[in-house]
Amino acid sequence: MKKTIPLTAQNRRRLEDSEERLSYDEALRMYETEDLLTLGARADQFRQRLHPEGVVTYVVDRNINYTNICVSGCKFCAFFKAPGCEGGYVISEDELSRKIEETIALGGSQILMQGGMNPDLDLDYYVGLLRFIRGRFDIHVHGFSPPEIAFLADKSGLSVEEVLKALMEAGLGSIPGGGAEILVDQVRAEVSPRKCGSDQWLKVMEIAHNLGLRTTATMMFGHRETPGQRIEHLLKIRDLQDRTGGFTAFIPWSFQPENTRIDTPAATGVEYLRTLAISRLVLDNVLNLQASWVTQGPKVAQISLFFGANDMGSTMIEENVVAAAGVRFRLSEEELIRLIGEAGFQSAKRDTFYNILKRNAV
Amino acid sequence: MKTIAKNIIDSTLEPVHRKVLAGERLSAEDGVRLFNSPNLLAVGHLANIVRERLHGKKTYYVYNQHINYTNICKNFCAFCAFARKETQQGAYVMSMDEVERKLRERLLEPISEIHVVGGVHPDLPWDYYVELVRRIKQVRPEATVKAFTAVEIDHLSEISGLGLTGTLRALKSAGLEAMPGGGAEVFSNRVRERLFPRKISSGRWLEVMAAAHTLGIQTNATMLYGHMETIEERVEHLIRLRELQDRAEGFMAFIPLAFHSANTGLDNLPATTGCDDLKMVAVSRLMLDNFPHIKAYWVMIGPKLAQIALSFGADDMDGTIIHENITHTAGASTPNGLTKTELKRLIESAGFEPIERDAFYRKAA
Repeated sequence: MKKTIPLTAQNRRRLEDSEERLSYDEALRMYETEDLLTLGARADQFRQRLHPEGVVTYVVDRNINYTNICVSGCKFCAFFKAPGCEGGYVISEDELSRKIEETIALGGSQILMQGGMNPDLDLDYYVGLLRFIRGRFDIHVHGFSPPEIAFLADKSGLSVEEVLKALMEAGLGSIPGGGAEILVDQVRAEVSPRKCGSDQWLKVMEIAHNLGLRTTATMMFGHRETPGQRIEHLLKIRDLQDRTGGFTAFIPWSFQPENTRIDTPAATGVEYLRTLAISRLVLDNVLNLQASWVTQGPKVAQISLFFGANDMGSTMIEENVVAAAGVRFRLSEEELIRLIGEAGFQSAKRDTFYNILKRNAV
Repeated sequence: MKTIAKNIIDSTLEPVHRKVLAGERLSAEDGVRLFNSPNLLAVGHLANIVRERLHGKKTYYVYNQHINYTNICKNFCAFCAFARKETQQGAYVMSMDEVERKLRERLLEPISEIHVVGGVHPDLPWDYYVELVRRIKQVRPEATVKAFTAVEIDHLSEISGLGLTGTLRALKSAGLEAMPGGGAEVFSNRVRERLFPRKISSGRWLEVMAAAHTLGIQTNATMLYGHMETIEERVEHLIRLRELQDRAEGFMAFIPLAFHSANTGLDNLPATTGCDDLKMVAVSRLMLDNFPHIKAYWVMIGPKLAQIALSFGADDMDGTIIHENITHTAGASTPNGLTKTELKRLIESAGFEPIERDAFYRKAA
């Protein structure tokens, strides 16, 4: 049942050809001591080796948050409502249809479905939701991060594998890498004590990969973790990727403190670029690295293309979670294409699996 | 371990690299080549060589206050969202008492520079300007009054009847000690005719600055980029500033200003991109070898990018500005004020050493 990584032979060779990999100590030293441009140049040159065509991709999609009701109560979250609180919602079928229709009309190829750990929604709800979407629309569902899946398995007394199989059968196409935060339990105990632990997050991903479901991985940094714990996070992703090859991309983004219960200033642009660059260098077995314009804004996202990123992420026709934390950037597809082009790259629209759907005119 | 496989500098930039290492002056062709290079990190690396040679890791910021005394302006430049006609809603002129009140509101803050710019008002009398400078100096004697762009000075020289040098002398004795670098826009007649035909010519702008320098009034210089100017026109602008600085030294800093189009006559134009902003900073640092400082003005490009620009040639983050009007009326989404703590954190977390300066780049007391 295990699927191989759909890498091109050429890309696979490039990955295997990479020089000796970075150890924890080397990575931490580089991350903490190297000047910005040297670290950037290393990441840029490694990116060039992995993606020598100079293509920068993006996906047209929409975030649909099917519910904001959540028992997790993470300190960094400005989006959730506790069960029974005012303002909680579960999306209606009509609204869901409307959102998907709009996405398709804008040339979208996927929807990203993520929501809270809502105690009132059971496996039947999720299966029904997927069947509803897949029965009506020709669109890829990239949905349900490991905390949602772990929560659902717990609640329904099923194994993660059973839950994933049921969701796949109902039409789930891939899993987003959310909820990883920092994969170090000491940090999670402080910022997201009720969310799945780091082992469980990795376990859900491993099971998904072994079932042939591909996923992304994320890291939310800049809250309570140390630089060393960021590197630890990267190494855990790298180890799992060595075993499964199931991660399509890695997406680091910085914690946005407004309206949350963690009182710390937001990570700066330089910290973001350094984290991006070290991610590119440590994760020598993950082919794609996404820039986060949603948290960094279009200017820094464009600069990210020189610090290891080869993908601009999604046009995000709708985004709610980061917006709830006070950061609202908007980018049209046209503007994404312009940013990529002006940075000297060829822009291309991709699907969830990083297959190129359309190369834009230069 | 992964080491850099090849040098950051590619072969196209190698001749420029050699000149930079030897401290040789770059030509217009070098400037164009730098702007056209797709290798952003290499251009940054070259600029950083010069930046570190001049300033090491030092990064300056100033605790200042802006006074925009009027938004009434007869120039109506196409790129401006701030100007109003006298009769238009929202038009204002600050009275001396209002100016004083604004200054007194912040009297307990350790402000070392008052930055004063306004529109070219058709009717305000010469006395208003002299009194403005005098009053500011009176209320805030320990702060430097950095007032009036070359455009305003040109206008004042017309209404004062004292000629250019006489006008500057009179303002200097009222308390003016330095001048901001605004109003330069782009030194290109082609662009000027299209965007700011009523504004003074590039020749006159440079003449005003030369006269100021001769009288010992130090100034800054700017360039408004990201509208319709070509790369060659940008380079020409930098070279003309460099020539004036050779002839009549007095520029302290160069400040590239990213054009913001919202609410202007050019709102069809997209914003400058991050690459463009960083290259502008880097090429300025490299071309303006006789300018001590290059400023990354966070109001224009945002605090994140201004911080990144410190590794691309900039050594100054400008002010702990709490309230700025002109760029924000043109839709800048940057925060309205940064505190000293925030500015210091930006500088330190980028690996640089923050230094609070006064208007003349001396360490603030």
